[in-house]
Amino acid sequence: MPTVTLTVNGRSVTADVDARTLLVQMLRENLHLTGTHVGCDTSQCGACVVHVDGKAVKSCTTFAVQCQGTEVVTIEGLAQDGKLHPMQEAFREHHGLQCGFCTPGMIMAAVDIVNRKGAVDEATIREELEGNICRCTGYHNIVKAVEAGAQAMTGKAPARQAAE
Amino acid sequence: MYPFKYQKAATVRGAVSLLGKAEDPKLLAGGHTLIPTMKQRLASPKTLVDLSGAGLSGIEQKGRNIVIGAMTTHAEVAASPIVQQAIPALAQLAGHIGDPHVRHRGTIGGSVANNDPAADYPAALMALGATVHTSKRKIPAEEFFAGMFATALDEDEVITKIAFPVPAKAAYVKFPNPASRYAIVGVFVAKKGSQVKVAVTGAGSGGVFRHTAMEEALAKRFNPKSLEGVGTPAADLNGDIHASADYRAHLVGVIAKRAVAAAIA
Repeated sequence: MPTVTLTVNGRSVTADVDARTLLVQMLRENLHLTGTHVGCDTSQCGACVVHVDGKAVKSCTTFAVQCQGTEVVTIEGLAQDGKLHPMQEAFREHHGLQCGFCTPGMIMAAVDIVNRKGAVDEATIREELEGNICRCTGYHNIVKAVEAGAQAMTGKAPARQAAE
Repeated sequence: MYPFKYQKAATVRGAVSLLGKAEDPKLLAGGHTLIPTMKQRLASPKTLVDLSGAGLSGIEQKGRNIVIGAMTTHAEVAASPIVQQAIPALAQLAGHIGDPHVRHRGTIGGSVANNDPAADYPAALMALGATVHTSKRKIPAEEFFAGMFATALDEDEVITKIAFPVPAKAAYVKFPNPASRYAIVGVFVAKKGSQVKVAVTGAGSGGVFRHTAMEEALAKRFNPKSLEGVGTPAADLNGDIHASADYRAHLVGVIAKRAVAAAIA
């Protein structure tokens, strides 16, 4: 059985896992980090999105062994010193959730969008959220939350597209 | 999913050697087709040979070619200043595969080796006249794609990089399935000198194909109007719950016109 060592939310962790163990299974079942969800298990819904070496990936479609030596950040790793991450705070403020099942993946995807694109406008957010599905169809407030979270993270108003 | 043995290759030569020695092996690139397929038990390899440590990613300009390493992700191709400058249609194609998370893992080599009939990259390789470099030879795109989910690759052969000649004009337009973003129909047009190539993905029952009737019409005049009256026989096209063969035949004409319009814009 392969031994996998990786850094999760700043902490080095080692686990003996079967080669077929998915990253999401290692996070939830070995490390008990159950904030990362399994929705569709077919790489469509994005409830399982975490960051691997700073990039958003679907942890249901990644083997744990592929992540040997990487830095993984999950939803549990965003808040610092008991203070919510600005994107989490924005989701709370704008009620960017209904049942909450998609929320961890939405927030991890949103932070990745801002890391790549900075302050983003509504059209860009809607396009970039292509890989995250909300089963309550609560997209409107999610988009508002991401826009506000992006502003809070960057300290900038969104760059409007030329057509607007 | 059934259990398997995981092995990580440090070099291409190492990967080839593992393919020769291991029991029932498959190569693992980004895994974004292979892992879902294994979950469904449509594939059950006994060994996975991971290529992520074999030094196959990177993008460079070599003379009049853009050369992309097999393990380069869709996100890297989409964001590459070299690709954006030389073949913007290719960067745009890569930036619309799947979704952002998929693009962070999925690779060009994996997509090409899988030859899904609805994948985007095969259309780019065919229309741009790309060459697939492998651990043992160089294969022109025309000879590489060998029907749905089939390629010219041998069992112990590894794609190392893909070389794309820089065109004068090119564009890719797809009519995506709204759920999966796979192409129901995708058309890549490219013009280089007096030669025009039109490659269609998503529609053909044998996977990606060149549309020679359109190529002849566009070689005379590279304009969407040249495609009026140029038909696409539905007999060779796919029909499924998303689109009938007749509808796909119609879409090929519409999307090809849009692609030519985008290429000359």
